[in-house]
This record gives sequence, structure tokens and C-alpha cells, in this order.
Amino acid sequence: MKLTRRDALAALAAGGTVIGGTAALRWANIDDDGVGEHESRTLEAVARVIYPSTVSEIPRFVETYVVGRFQDRSTDRRGILEAIATLDEYAQTWYDDAYRKLERQTQARLLSEMGLNVVDPVPDGTDVERVRYYLINELLYALYTSPTGGTLVGIENPQGYPGGTASYQRRSR
Amino acid sequence: MDRTPHRRVDVCVIGSGPAGSLIAAELTDQGLEVVVLEAGERFDSDDRLERMERDIRSAHDPLSVWNMGGPRDAYTSTGEQFYPLNRARVKGVGGSTLHWQGMVMRLHEQDFNRSTHDGVAADWPLEYADLAPYYTRAERELGVAGALDNPFAPLRDEPFPQPAFPPSYSDSLFAAACERLGVTMHSVPNARNSTNYDDRSACVGYGTCNPVCPSGAKYGADIHAQKAAEAGARIVDRAPVQRLEHDSDGKQVEAAVYATPDGSTHRQEARAFVVACGGVETPRLLLLSESSHYPQGLANSSGLVGRYFMDHLFVGMGGTLREKTRQNHIGFITSECHQFYDNPGQKTRGTENGIPESDTDHGPIKLEFLNYAGPSPVEIALNGDTWGDELLQTLRDQYGNHIAMGGLVGQLPRAENRVSLDRSTTDDHGNPVPQIEWQVDQRSKRTIRRANEIQRAILEELGVDVTWTVGPENTGPAFHHMGTTRMGENPTESVVNAKMQTHDLDNLWIASSSVFVTSGAMNPTLTIAALALKAADHVVRSL
Repeated sequence: MKLTRRDALAALAAGGTVIGGTAALRWANIDDDGVGEHESRTLEAVARVIYPSTVSEIPRFVETYVVGRFQDRSTDRRGILEAIATLDEYAQTWYDDAYRKLERQTQARLLSEMGLNVVDPVPDGTDVERVRYYLINELLYALYTSPTGGTLVGIENPQGYPGGTASYQRRSR
Repeated sequence: MDRTPHRRVDVCVIGSGPAGSLIAAELTDQGLEVVVLEAGERFDSDDRLERMERDIRSAHDPLSVWNMGGPRDAYTSTGEQFYPLNRARVKGVGGSTLHWQGMVMRLHEQDFNRSTHDGVAADWPLEYADLAPYYTRAERELGVAGALDNPFAPLRDEPFPQPAFPPSYSDSLFAAACERLGVTMHSVPNARNSTNYDDRSACVGYGTCNPVCPSGAKYGADIHAQKAAEAGARIVDRAPVQRLEHDSDGKQVEAAVYATPDGSTHRQEARAFVVACGGVETPRLLLLSESSHYPQGLANSSGLVGRYFMDHLFVGMGGTLREKTRQNHIGFITSECHQFYDNPGQKTRGTENGIPESDTDHGPIKLEFLNYAGPSPVEIALNGDTWGDELLQTLRDQYGNHIAMGGLVGQLPRAENRVSLDRSTTDDHGNPVPQIEWQVDQRSKRTIRRANEIQRAILEELGVDVTWTVGPENTGPAFHHMGTTRMGENPTESVVNAKMQTHDLDNLWIASSSVFVTSGAMNPTLTIAALALKAADHVVRSL
């Protein structure tokens, strides 16, 4: 199932970021030395691991969502960038390379080895708790508050998405 | 913001929840000079989406959604059952309507005459008919969306200002089972726009009504605070009132003494004062205002300030069905059953089966058909221990088949349930914190068992595999604080009269659920609003 710009904008709105229709949410438009290809590729790599294999167009979705968050929320921007650095530290120490350069299977294994599947998401917690909050849950929130993410589960109007008052009256399609 | 006091004004309103804000708007409309003192902050409506995310992403303390908790909001809970006070309220311009569900029913005629009708509790000093015109006005002010399909509702003069929300798909599943049992379903009055109303949009379905409506379709009392301000009232936020000071005779309040964030203390003088701080902070403020003239607390010659604390008790049951139930698309209810409100023990007979009769003494029961049973997919995902395809499968397994009923049961007023001062603990200004002593009585527990019996019959008729019950042993409060400055004609048995004027002080009014004599089993805010409008009329006439 294809993720769209509408999905990314819906997910942004679910976090309080409302973007005008013509705004270009592109990595190139970020005015920050700390954000480059490495960071964008790392976010895409994490999303490919934690998103279902049936979704496509992940890079554009992640780009639109994360750039929108960066422009609107400085706290999240810092938290996400620090979480990427933490993830890379683990990857370098255990597998001698940056996270984004590892094989997909190794990327998935590393997340589990770090305990990210069982740790609580805590924005001001330990390194791993912050990675769960700022990377894993940030990207999961984006997907599952979007219409496409909701539809994957069977709900066209997921919580957090202003999908109107028609779908609650309908039976499952 | 300048928080220094104005010169002596006509009316000082303390609290900006639904009662305080409606009164302030009404009095200002009548040309009176009004100052509102609010303990909490004025929240920026542009922040609501962030507050919604804070709620959905469970990493955050739920109290942080509306900045509750900490030394300002300290309290003590004693008695048999813990009372989670800070989950039950919001301090801010708009008060607890910032996080409420938005259900707005009228009390029934019998609720005003429980002693006469059932031989329990006490009668109110007014009848339903006295309040009916104010209910109509309150529905207009709040923009209630409703329909005239409820055969159990009290008489009314006008249709609702907005059409009701249509029933949900899961309501249609319940409808077939209820027909077989002879149980009547009907619409729910919602303080939530089903159309564009009062310059606010119709509901767009964020699904997070409680605790945050990002679109503003759900009514919040900040709307009337804003209307009051636009008409000339002064709304001072972060100005907790520390005490009320009276004249030498003890017949008139002269000033509200309030604190401001810079550490200063000020006196706001007024010709009349309205305390509108809800069922806990209202009695607390009166108790904190003790003086040599009123050693038990202001307006407390009866000794009843803080007594008769009541809440509604939640009763629920749910499970799963072998078909899709379409939950969590919206965050509000579209169908209820008030059939067992005036006659909770009645038997029913439907096309195939029925609810058995009960001849035990019960209080009123309100039944709800929920549209948000079970967890939402995003909440499961954020708390899951898998990801990728495995997580998606988990979401598909856990979402889609939940179904549930809720309901409310009212408590009788009992003097031992009370709000008092805990002098061993102080808040951020050195004042004793409220202490809540609360327990659930046997009659309420019997009524809860009866409600569970009806819920089980409906769910089993529907074919639900029942997996959970909220019954007499694990019930909790619905966060409706009532009864702590009760209304009555006899000054030895009540705190305010039918005009909501205190018996002890001529220029002190109380507009709050604290004046309720009995609780009924209907969500209280519409009655709070109607009483506030009535009190406003009396204040105007007195000045």
C-alpha cells in the first residue's frame, strides 16, 4: 500500500504541525548543518524495518513528515538527531558500521538487541528509552495516525486523524 | 498581563469553568462590570494538537495534557475508596470542560423529588419546571446536538439547537439485540457540533474528545469566557483566590484575596461575589475563609460545607464479537438507553426475550453504548513489543472486534462523604489542601449489580464473549463532583437557597454542581449550566 504526501501531512497535523499546501518539505530545505543525507537515510532505514513490508513510498513519506516536524518542533528535532547518533554508536560498536549501511536483517536484529522492542518510550529517559521515543515511536505515530496506516489495520479514520464523521456509521468494507 | 485588581466592580466571579464563564458572559451582557479570577492558566487553542499527541503517545503523564498536578493541586484522599482528584478536573480558563466528554442530559423530574418519590435523600427546593426554561437556554448556549427520539426524557418546549449525530455502525449491532429484549435505544444529546454552530466547525472526527478536541467542535467553557471578555469582562488567569473577606457584620463579602505568579497578593472588591469552583474547590475556599465570625468557614453556619460529596459511579461490561464492530473512529457516544432511569427494576419483553424484573430498591441507571471499546491501533503500536509485519498482524488481531457498554449510577448524598481541609499538608501558597473522604454505599452497589445484569443480558443476546466487567467491586468515579454546598430552604440543613445565594451572606452566590441536592445519574454539566443562568438572573436582580 502506497504512502502519500496526504498521509504525511495528516500525520504532521496529528502532532500539531499544519503545513500550507505549497510548502516544500524536503531535506534540502532544512537550514541545519546537523541534518544531511546520513540522517535522512538512517530515518528511512529505521522506517523500512519497523513499517510493514506492504507499504511503499517510504522515503518520501519519512522526508515530508520528519522535515515538517523539524521545522515546527525544535525539541523533537534535537531528540531525533540525538537518537540517530545513539543508534549509530551501537551500530559502530557492535557491527563496525553506521546503522544505515548494515544489511536489513542486521538492522532489525540491532533494534532488538538494543531492547527497543521492550523498553518504555521516555523522552527524557535513558539512551535506549529516548531512541524508542524519538525514532521508533515517532515513525510509528506517523504511520498509524495516517489514513493509509489506519486502513492497513481496518480503520479509515484512525485516532488523531480528522477523517470526518461518516466512517463510524459504515460497516467494514 | 496586568493582574492587579480593578477598583470595586459589580461582580467578582471565582472560577471560569462552565458555571463561572456562563455567569460572567450573562452578567456582562446585562451591562455589569465583571472580573473573573481563575486559578489556572489561559491555554492557547493553537496548542491543542500537541496536547492530543501528548495524550495518544502514552509516554507522557496523562495529567500533563492540561498541566495538572504538582504542589498547586495537592490533595489527600481518605476513606474506603481512593479518589483520583487530579484526573477528575482541569484548572484553567474553561475548567474541566477542557477535558470532558461533552454529554449533556437534563435531570429527570424525579431527581428533584427523591425524598417524596423514593423516600431517600432530600428534595431540591425547586422543581424540574423551574429549571426547564434555563435548560433550554443552556442547550442553546452550549449548542447541544440532539433529537426528540428519547421516550424517557423529561418534557421539553423546544427541539435541540442542532441535529443529533447519527447512530454508529456498532449501535446498529446493539439495536437488533435490544429489540429482541424489549430494550429501547435512542440518541444522545452532545455538546458537540454536528453542524457549523456559533462560529465553530462541525466535528471532524479526531477521535480524542476526552481529553482534547483539537478542532473546537466540542463545547468548552473557554468559549463563554472569551465571549465575556469580548463584552468587557476582565478574565484574570493564574490568580488563585486564597480567601474571601467579609464585613464586620458577617453579612457581606467585601473582597476576594488572590495571589499572582509574581508572588504578590491582591484584593478584588465587588458588590457581589459568585463562587464557581466546582464541587471540591468551592467548599475548600469557603473553609479557607474562616474568620472569628465564621470559625467553621464562610457561609458554614449549617456545618454542611463540604458534606454530602457525591459522584456518579461508572458501570461497564464488554468483550469481543465475531464480526467487525468499527470502534474508535470517533471519541463520543451516539446511542444510550434511559429506560431504566425512572424504573430501574422493570422487566422488559421483546420479540424473543426480555430483561428480568427486580423488586429491590435501586437508584436511577443510565446505560451507554460505547463507540470506543478496546484500544485504538496507534496506541497498540506505540506500546507494542514487535514491529514490521509482525506488529501489523498484532494490530489486526487486537483491533476490530471489541464492543462494550458503559453507564452511570448515582450515589445518595451521605454526610460522611465529604471535602474538608487537610491541615497537615499545604499547597504552593501554604494553604491546607482538600481532603476527600469517599465511599460507595450499599444501595449504589445494588444498583450497579442491577445495571450489570441488564448489560450482560444485552451483550449475551448480541453474542458477545464477555471478557471484562466494571461492577460494584471495581467501580470508580465518573469525575462529577456534586453536593458539597447543597441547596435548600432550611438554613440549618443547607448552604444556599433556591436562588443559589448563601443563607449566611447576602451578596455571596454559589454556581456549581456543589449545590446539587441529589446526583441523579445524568452527566451534570447541562444542569450546572442551567443553574448558572438561573443564578445570573438572581444576581442581576439583587444589584
